[in-house]
Amino acid sequence: MNQISNVSLPTRAWRIRRNALRMGEVQGQGYIAQALGIADVLAVAYFHALTYRPEDPEWEGRDRFLLSIGHYAIALYAALIEAGVIPEDELETYGTDDSRLPMSGMAAYTPGMEITGGSLGHGLGIAVGFCLGLKRKNSKNFVYNLFSDGELNEGSTWEAAMAASHWKLDNLIAIVDVNDQQADGPSSAMSSREPLHDRFTAFGWHVERVDGNDIEAVVNAFDAARNLGEPKPRIIICDTKMAKGVKFLEEREMNHFLRVDADEWQKALEILDQGKPA
Amino acid sequence: MSSTTAAAKPRLTTSAMIASLAAPGQRTKPAPFGNALTALAAQNPDIVGLSADLAKYTDLHIFAKAYPERFYQMGMAEQLLMSTAAGLAREGAIPFATTYAVFAARRAYDFICLAIAEEKLNVKIICALPGLTTGYGPSHQATEDIAIFRGCPNLTIIDPCDAHEIEQAVPAIAAHQGPVYMRLLRGNVPLVLDEYGYKFQIGKAALLRDGAEALVISSGFMTMRALEAADLLAKDKVGAAVLHVPTIKPLDEAKIIEEAAKPGRIVVVAENHSIVGGLGEAVAGLLLRNGINPVFRQIALPDEFLDAGALPTLHERYGISAEAVARQIKGWL
Repeated sequence: MNQISNVSLPTRAWRIRRNALRMGEVQGQGYIAQALGIADVLAVAYFHALTYRPEDPEWEGRDRFLLSIGHYAIALYAALIEAGVIPEDELETYGTDDSRLPMSGMAAYTPGMEITGGSLGHGLGIAVGFCLGLKRKNSKNFVYNLFSDGELNEGSTWEAAMAASHWKLDNLIAIVDVNDQQADGPSSAMSSREPLHDRFTAFGWHVERVDGNDIEAVVNAFDAARNLGEPKPRIIICDTKMAKGVKFLEEREMNHFLRVDADEWQKALEILDQGKPA
Repeated sequence: MSSTTAAAKPRLTTSAMIASLAAPGQRTKPAPFGNALTALAAQNPDIVGLSADLAKYTDLHIFAKAYPERFYQMGMAEQLLMSTAAGLAREGAIPFATTYAVFAARRAYDFICLAIAEEKLNVKIICALPGLTTGYGPSHQATEDIAIFRGCPNLTIIDPCDAHEIEQAVPAIAAHQGPVYMRLLRGNVPLVLDEYGYKFQIGKAALLRDGAEALVISSGFMTMRALEAADLLAKDKVGAAVLHVPTIKPLDEAKIIEEAAKPGRIVVVAENHSIVGGLGEAVAGLLLRNGINPVFRQIALPDEFLDAGALPTLHERYGISAEAVARQIKGWL
């Protein structure tokens, strides 16, 4: 059940980026580059792939979307605002006292936030539990788990990767954001993750690898993952560009945690708006 | 020497394989946790069991045999065990996740804390080999599990004494909404508290025996040892009361204060745990905060990595055998 809408996916992605930039401006800094990088994937997830009811985030018939990477909360809030799960005016509270939108995503704070992320390496294992739980109930819903290339450093991710294929979790669709940036620098300089496609294949997964900023390719990958007939977990490896859509931020080095000057926010929004989809 | 045959070789009496808590001839019950959970599962279809390659050693194999479709063998992966239990709980199951206390407390703590306790998920963490209940040495002796878990918000901590209490605790913790950590005694578990007409309630301490000279506040099998020590002390005309505190968190503060405030008794906290961060320090803090200042002593394991060996040897060495408890109390009077 896709969301029926006349709004195109590129427009959704553009609006998600806009929401994220506006939240970033509230704090003057933050995980903006990740949000801009993953916006296309979230647009496809929330406006093409997932089944959910914006007015009822706990609806039993929803697909579960688990954000393992707690600091990507800004990106998910941006998508949940666009999806109508969170009112747009709450955007201005991002990261402030008593806000429902804390810097790191937590289940108890935010509608539509399924798990408390942030201790990296937790998400995929929790997703295994969700999948087994849904199978117990004979549910046909999918469990999506967005995690990061950095989380491939964590041994617990691989424990979960083994378990997912052992249990033949065909209701699990993992999405890994490969943006090659971690807190201390490029992911690939820290721990050799490649060949990632082969690694997950060897672990018994169905693997799709796409340019995560190519919406059509992402749509096809999600469709392939959902429609696969084989009893195995699926993973969509998304190679994304940090800060995608705002050139001068894309070019900054060490952009895991971006500090953006006050006058640059308007500039960033203007650049983004120049690329507004027709 | 040369005349010995294989058959004549005497069996070792100080083997690390001697790991029973039961004294010779003591009444025991087999696998109280596994049997109680299996019985409860017949009434409650939401109960599921998980283990990290230790079902057989946590008595969960009984449940697994009775309900194979409700048992999840996660392999030797404790982080996965806890995160999977969290996900199952989110989808409405009541997961009982079993492993050894060392692995839950040391290896999987982050997963218990964040994935389970922070979200107040309905996961029951049941762990064998708490404190000094194995002679395998520090790799298997969870001497600091309570210290670790006491710092975790939302987590209820249960340290049952015997088979009778474990049988009652299983349905109680299943009915309790929220995460629970329970220290498990497995195999043939001593049966003690049935003779005291005892009934387990989460958060409730129980005075099992009264006495005028000493108040022993204890949890886990140290309550059994305290009762045995009280018998020994009675022979010397020393009266020792025993207050059993099976719920370490939340503590039954009112009952502990009520008993500790009674004049004329020394207060001794006896626990199968490091002297750091367990019931003893919890009680000490409670009494200080409330202005109650009895003569206060602790019977606990030293702040050390403990020796390997036979359990009876080690319990005597570290002062938690019944005789050692009685001796220490007498010395403090």
